[in-house]
Amino acid sequence: MSLLTSHPGTDRHPGLSGPTDQGAHTHSAETMVPDQSRAERTTSYAVADFPVPHGREEDWRFTPVAELADLFRDERTGLCLDWAEQLPEGVTLSTMSVADWQASGAPKPGDRAAAVAAAHSGGVGVIDIPAEAELSEPVRITLSGEDGQLVHGHLLVRVGRHARATVVLSHSGRASYSEVLTLQVADGAEVTFVTLQEWEDEAIHLAQHDVVVGRDATVRHIVITLGGRIVRLNTNASYVAPGGSFEGLGVYFADAGQHLEHRLFVDHAVPHCRSNVEYKGALQGETAHTVWVGDVLIRAAAEGTDTYELNRNLILTDGARADSVPNLEIETGEIAGAGHASATGRFDDLQLFYLMSRGIAEEDARRMVVRGFFASVVARIGVPEVEERLMAAIDAELEGAVK
Amino acid sequence: MAVLEIKDLHVSVDTEQGPKEILRGVTLTIRSGETHAIMGPNGSGKSTLAYSIAGHPKYTVTSGSVTLDGEDVLAMSVDERARAGLFLGMQYPVEVPGVTVSNFLRTAKTAIDGEAPKLRTWVKDVKDAMAELRMDAEFANRNVNEGFSGGEKKRHEILQMELLRPKFAILDETDSGLDVDALRIVSEGVNRAKAATDAGVLLITHYTRILRYIQPQFVHVFVDGRIAEEGGPELAERLEAEGYDRFLVEA
Ligand SMILES: Nc1ncnc2c1ncn2[C@@H]1O[C@H](COP(=O)(O)OP(=O)(O)O)[C@@H](O)[C@H]1O
Ligand SMILES: [Mg+2]
Repeated sequence: MSLLTSHPGTDRHPGLSGPTDQGAHTHSAETMVPDQSRAERTTSYAVADFPVPHGREEDWRFTPVAELADLFRDERTGLCLDWAEQLPEGVTLSTMSVADWQASGAPKPGDRAAAVAAAHSGGVGVIDIPAEAELSEPVRITLSGEDGQLVHGHLLVRVGRHARATVVLSHSGRASYSEVLTLQVADGAEVTFVTLQEWEDEAIHLAQHDVVVGRDATVRHIVITLGGRIVRLNTNASYVAPGGSFEGLGVYFADAGQHLEHRLFVDHAVPHCRSNVEYKGALQGETAHTVWVGDVLIRAAAEGTDTYELNRNLILTDGARADSVPNLEIETGEIAGAGHASATGRFDDLQLFYLMSRGIAEEDARRMVVRGFFASVVARIGVPEVEERLMAAIDAELEGAVK
Repeated sequence: MAVLEIKDLHVSVDTEQGPKEILRGVTLTIRSGETHAIMGPNGSGKSTLAYSIAGHPKYTVTSGSVTLDGEDVLAMSVDERARAGLFLGMQYPVEVPGVTVSNFLRTAKTAIDGEAPKLRTWVKDVKDAMAELRMDAEFANRNVNEGFSGGEKKRHEILQMELLRPKFAILDETDSGLDVDALRIVSEGVNRAKAATDAGVLLITHYTRILRYIQPQFVHVFVDGRIAEEGGPELAERLEAEGYDRFLVEA
C-alpha cells in the first residue's frame, strides 16, 4: 500500500514555515497528488524511449520546453566546454566509453535531455578519488562556455572506500549545456560535492546528477545556482546498502528573466538510511521563476528510514514566481522519521524597519535580511571558498536590485 | 542639551475603508535628562506615536511636525532618525532570522557612530551590559529576537539602548510581559543608559508599576489619539487609584 502525500506544510519541525507567507505568490501544489508513483517513471539509455516533451508532462510542466528544442535533438554536436581541473595528489582524471559507462550499472537517464546527453557526449570524463584518501584541498573542475555552443557533457566521479573528499564543479560563461553526472560513493566515504551555476544571462543548462551512496557513506550534494537563462538540475539519490546518508543543500537566486528549476528524487529502497534536503531561494524582478520539486520515496524495504526535506523561497519584488512541490511517498510504516516543509514568503518590511531603526542603512539592512535568510544553508556548506563566493554573489545580486 | 519637539501631530493609517486618523493633534516637548511617561488605555494611539516618531512606513503624518534640535525629523529616513539620536524600544520587537545578536549590535553601533567600534572595548562593553541585564553570554550567538521570550526581547531592546547611547529613547511598553525581577533589572538598565548620556526618555506604559523604578517628572494621559491631561508624578498616582474611566467617559 502506498501512502501519497503532497501538501505544503510542516511536519515534525514546527516553526519552519515563517509568518511572512501572506500576500506572496505561493504556488504550492496543494491539491496535486501524483497519479503515478515516482518508482514508475521511465529511465533508459535509449533516447527513443523519451518523446520530445511538449510541456504538459508531470516532470516538464513548469519548464519552458519551447526554448529547449536544441537540447532534445537526438544529434551529436561534438563540441565541448573549456575545461580546467585541479586534482590533488592521488586523484586521477581519465575517460571511459559510453558503452562501458552503461555496462557499469550507473543509473540511467530519466528524461529526454539526459538521454540525449548520455548518448552523444562522445565519452565520459572520470574522476577517481582513491580509497582511504584524505584530501586537504578540493578537487576543482571548472567548465566554461565561450560562444553559446551546444554541448553534451558526461562525468563520473568515483569516491573510493573511506575516502574523505570535497569536489567543486563550477559552470560559467555562455553555452547550451546538457550534463549527466554520476557521483559514486563507496562504503564509508565522506564526500562534499558542490556544483556552482554561475552562467551568464543567456546560458541554458540541463543536468541530471545521480548520487549513489554506499554503505555507511555520507554524501553532501550542494547546488548553488545564480546564473543562466534556464537552469534545470535534477538530482537523484539512491543507496546501495544500509547506513548511507544523503544531504542535499541548495541555494538559488533568480533575477528577472531567469528560470531556475531544481528537482530532487531521493529513493529509499534500502533500510536504515538517512536523507535531508534543504533548498532556499530568493527571487527578484519581473518573470523571475523558480521551481523546486522534492520527491522522496520510501519503499517497503526501507525500514528505519529518516528523511526530511525543506524548501523556502523569499520573494523580494513583485512579479516573481516560486513553485514549490514536496512529495512524500511512504510504503512502510517502520520508519524513523519523515517530514517536509515548504514555504514561500515575501520580503518582510518589518525586519527592514527594525534594522533601519537601529541606524542601519536600507541597503545594508536588506543585505542582512537576505543573508540571514540563506544563513542556515550556507553555514552547512562547510567549504569556506564556496561560502565566500556565494555570499559575495548574493551581495552582488542585491546591489544590482537596490537601484 | 537636546530638545525633541512634537507639535500638533496628526497621523493616519491606511485601512480598507480608506485612511483612518489615529493621532489627532499631539504636542509634546522633551529635553535631555527628562523622563516623560505617556499613559493611556489600549488602542489610544501610544504605539502609533512611537512608530511615527521612528518613521514606520505604515503610518502617514498628515500634519504637524517633529524636530530634534530644530532639525526636521519627519524629513529623515528611518535610519537617519536613529543616527540623529532617536531610539525606539519596541513593544513587539521583530525577529530577524539568520542574523545573530552580536552581528546586529556591531552593525548598528557602526552605523550609529559612523565607524566600527574598537574591537577590544566593544566586546567588553557588550559583555558587561549583557551581564548587568542578566543575559547569558550565549545570547550573543542567537538570532535577533528569534525564539526569545517576552522578557528576553525587552532586555535585548534595553541592551541596545545602553550600547547605542541615543539622545532620546522612546520605550513602548517595555514593562509588559515582565515579572517583578525582570522589571527591576530592565528598569535599572534604562536608568543606567539615561544617566550615561543624559538622555531624554519617553516612557509609554499602560500600567503605573514601572514608574516605581523609573521616575518621571512629567506624566501625560493619552486618550483617543491626543493628550487628555498632563501633570507631575502625582497624576500617575491618581491613575493608579482611579484608572482611565474618568477620561474615557469624557472622550
Ligand atoms: N492598520 C490599521 N487599521 C485600522 N486601525 C488600526 C490600524 N493600525 C492601528 N489601528 C488602530 O489604531 C489605534 C491605536 O493603536 P495603537 O497605537 O497600537 O494603540 P496603543 O499602543 O495605545 O494600544 C487602535 O484603535 C488600532 O486599532
Ligand atoms: Mg501599543
